[in-house]
Amino acid sequence: MDHQSLLECYKTMLKIRMVEQRIAEEYKYDEMKTPIHLSIGQEAIAVGVCRNLKPDDYLFVTHRSHAQYLAKGGDLNKMIAELYLRKTGCSSGRGGSMHLIDTTVGMMGSSAIVGGDIPLGTGAALASKLKGDGRVTAVFFGDGAVDEGTFHESLNFAALKKLPVLYICENNYYAINSTVFQRHAREDIFRWAESYGIPSFQIDGNDVLKVSEAAEKAVERCRRGEGPVFLECLTYRWKGHIGTVDDVGNGYRPKEEYDYWLSKCPIHWFGEYLRSIGVLTDELDQGIRDEIAKQIEEAFAFAKNSPKPSPEELMDHVYAG
Amino acid sequence: MPWTTVQVEKLGEFFIRGNSDSGRILSYKDALHEATDQALARDPRVFLLGEGIDDPAGVFGTTKGLQEKYGKDRVFDTPICENSLTGFAAGAAMAGLRPILIHSRMDFLILSLDQLANHACKWNYMFAGKVPIPLVIRTVSARGWGSGAQHSQCVQGMLMSVPGLKIAAPATPYDAKGLLIGSIMDDNPVLFVEHRWLYKTTGDVPEPLYSIPLGKGAIRRPGTDLTIVAVSYMVVEAMKAAEKLAAQNISAEVVDLRSIKPIDEAIILGSLAKTGALLVTDTGNITGGVASEVAAMVSEKGFSLLKHPIARVCCPDCPTPASDILEKAYYPDSDTICARALEMLKQ
Repeated sequence: MDHQSLLECYKTMLKIRMVEQRIAEEYKYDEMKTPIHLSIGQEAIAVGVCRNLKPDDYLFVTHRSHAQYLAKGGDLNKMIAELYLRKTGCSSGRGGSMHLIDTTVGMMGSSAIVGGDIPLGTGAALASKLKGDGRVTAVFFGDGAVDEGTFHESLNFAALKKLPVLYICENNYYAINSTVFQRHAREDIFRWAESYGIPSFQIDGNDVLKVSEAAEKAVERCRRGEGPVFLECLTYRWKGHIGTVDDVGNGYRPKEEYDYWLSKCPIHWFGEYLRSIGVLTDELDQGIRDEIAKQIEEAFAFAKNSPKPSPEELMDHVYAG
Repeated sequence: MPWTTVQVEKLGEFFIRGNSDSGRILSYKDALHEATDQALARDPRVFLLGEGIDDPAGVFGTTKGLQEKYGKDRVFDTPICENSLTGFAAGAAMAGLRPILIHSRMDFLILSLDQLANHACKWNYMFAGKVPIPLVIRTVSARGWGSGAQHSQCVQGMLMSVPGLKIAAPATPYDAKGLLIGSIMDDNPVLFVEHRWLYKTTGDVPEPLYSIPLGKGAIRRPGTDLTIVAVSYMVVEAMKAAEKLAAQNISAEVVDLRSIKPIDEAIILGSLAKTGALLVTDTGNITGGVASEVAAMVSEKGFSLLKHPIARVCCPDCPTPASDILEKAYYPDSDTICARALEMLKQ
């Protein structure tokens, strides 16, 4: 990866982190009246995958999708406005944080039903195959989603039809508060995917370079028409399942586990690496942070100054056409 | 030969005078086949998927030969995964195609409620109209021959409360073709409710492609004493009942709803303004179904038109039994409608 690309990865990860930290700060004022699911600590996966996608490649995601939305190039102002449930939001205030969309960059919407986006993304990939439009679909989901029937049904179908779809399981070890070990008899999710005849890999989801490398090969394979690829990216959710809560040491998760993963912060680690190879300096880092802070300031101002939907709009869009 | 074919072969011919007079008579089954064939020919975005749709029987004849004609990309068999199938079809619709998903038993639709109700029907609203989902889900119901509790259900009633869904339920060959085309052209998820006992019904069907928009009912038989609002196969039983009632000097008007979401309220209220009496008959269970919805609507908007209490003739709130004796007790027919009509008109 050239220096410019390395810096882009860093900037995007940092942007996601800083946006979510700001959301967490603002959340206590109760103006964002929508459930939020933060992906602080998991930024490397969205960035590593999405940098290998073209703008018109499709993206299907979940209730925890701020990171993928931004990594795919989604509009920040419209995202924050959606969290404030404004008319100018990406879903015009109808969706909230769990239902983000930006079709201009191929992001087709997010589902808040666990495993719900997997068949939809598989279907979009089916359309690409039938149309021969050369697009690849990326479908993100968590380790909880592999418990669902839709996961198994979709992988079987995608393998059968050799669909151009990349499945990315962000294994952060928790489905709400249930660990993956409480829910599965075996730990290697990627082996499940492999059993459907899909090339499957388990990678360090906190290493943006490893994620990007795996995603690049996967996208190429999809683009060549050779069928789906599955990536299990190991990572960790720093915050609690929902909102801004820190649930460490409250009987939910052990402090040692949390500390271990904090020490593996994908952004800190990558920043240090960039410094060690001379790509990032303190001055450059500050410049990047200032620029992102400015964008965030503008986005929150845009959102807070935007109009709310009016009651007369209630029934709009129940039906299309 | 599948058991439902055996059963349907035993039925007598039933001709419903329709909305056209082209002189070209087709069966309901052949009308569905023709509509599908013409839609595939006309629009490259249309494709068919479903369990076993390419087998020699071709979903009771409605998809027969279409894979040979249009290829395995556009007409194909699938794994047995109704919920995800619905999602695959919805996802393909999001990406610009117009899928037709077929369930040869309506019971299987219940397996797909997550992708249908949580996803396909809500996507347009949740994202403020950015991604419409033009999706048709054909379902076939049947009755009789010991089909039992899991191969005979008509669950359109439970789906009426899903926002964002439209539901078509044609009773005539003319409507089968026109409403299927109308459903394919619609930009929303449409549940297309078919009944095996209508497949042999014949009627006038013009050859050129035509569409019927959802939400428009039709008067199948004019009358002055009683309005019978009927859905799907119960239109046939209602027509037979109207004939029997005529012998007793009761003039029944039969309204075929054709679509049950949206419901054509005007045609019902217009008919009631003439007759003042309402009997509603549906193929599903009685509670919370089409008949309940029509009765509620009329109570709200046409109460002053009613001279008699509203009557509902549906299946009782009981799973379908397999025994032929119990089946007979379970399913309403023209005699049930007549008896209920006479009882209601006395009240």
